[in-house]
Amino acid sequence: MTGTVLIALAVFAACAVEMVEALTIVMASGLTRGWRSSLEGAGVAVLCLVVLVAAFGPALIHYVPLDVLRAVVGSLLLVLGLQWLRKAILRAAGFIAQRDEDDIYRKEVERLSGIPRQSAGRDAVGFVLSFKGVLLEGLEVVMIVLTLGLSSGHLAVASLAAFAAVLVVGAVGIAVSRQLREVPENAMKLGVGVMLVSFGTFWGGEGVGVGWPGADLSLLWLLAGYAGLSWVAIQLLRRSRLTPHLGEVG
Amino acid sequence: MSQWPLAVARFCYEFVVGDTPELAIGVAVIVGASWALSRAAGTAPFWFGPVAVVVLLAVSLRRGASRRRR
Repeated sequence: MTGTVLIALAVFAACAVEMVEALTIVMASGLTRGWRSSLEGAGVAVLCLVVLVAAFGPALIHYVPLDVLRAVVGSLLLVLGLQWLRKAILRAAGFIAQRDEDDIYRKEVERLSGIPRQSAGRDAVGFVLSFKGVLLEGLEVVMIVLTLGLSSGHLAVASLAAFAAVLVVGAVGIAVSRQLREVPENAMKLGVGVMLVSFGTFWGGEGVGVGWPGADLSLLWLLAGYAGLSWVAIQLLRRSRLTPHLGEVG
Repeated sequence: MSQWPLAVARFCYEFVVGDTPELAIGVAVIVGASWALSRAAGTAPFWFGPVAVVVLLAVSLRRGASRRRR
């Protein structure tokens, strides 16, 4: 039960973060190139992502032994989670600039406005831009849905959580009719990173024969430990950024 | 048309390795060492993975921070 709730939360948050990024592209495209082509491009991309999950999910469950699947999937989750966590920690500590959806949106609108439009019918630029944006942002979500869903045996829960995030972020985006800059993207990325690293450690370990004390409950202390250490890392990095180094003094 | 396998391979490499090769290599080493320990002793100690992951993240953060300080 603990694992299932955590999986749903991790997939929902990961998908919401990626959806906010995709939404910025679709909004910019819709506003400058027309909504019809942009929404069609986004729709076709979502369809491709659903087909990917439907094609690979059941096939992997049936043909790959669970221990092998968990070791491979756990490793992938670890790499992906560590990438997210690293970037979020460096952003929180001020080493990387925060992602500015407003700025990205402005630049995208400016760039697209300069491309001449076809007089009638679908706009190919709008379609392709939305399609590529949603597909590329969504591939990471597909990877997370497949890895988390397959390792836990809850592919349906993971898929539903991703679908719910698409609906919620999409609906809010359409309702407010602009990109969602107020979403605390970095905090969500940090949270997802901690969850992916915890699941990756747990399943990667199970796949190669690690016996976790308390079975699924180990996920809780892994989550708490990684979250606590991430906070410590942010504080240490912030301090080191503000402290002049020996070579920089004088 | 014949270039799409190359494009897929490049995308996968960027996706998994990207600009943090130390993470991909480190994870492979951690999982490999856990497997070797579990083969040798019947089961790998549960603390090994989390401790190794924390060390790996610390190394990668240090690398990232010093690269951006320069």
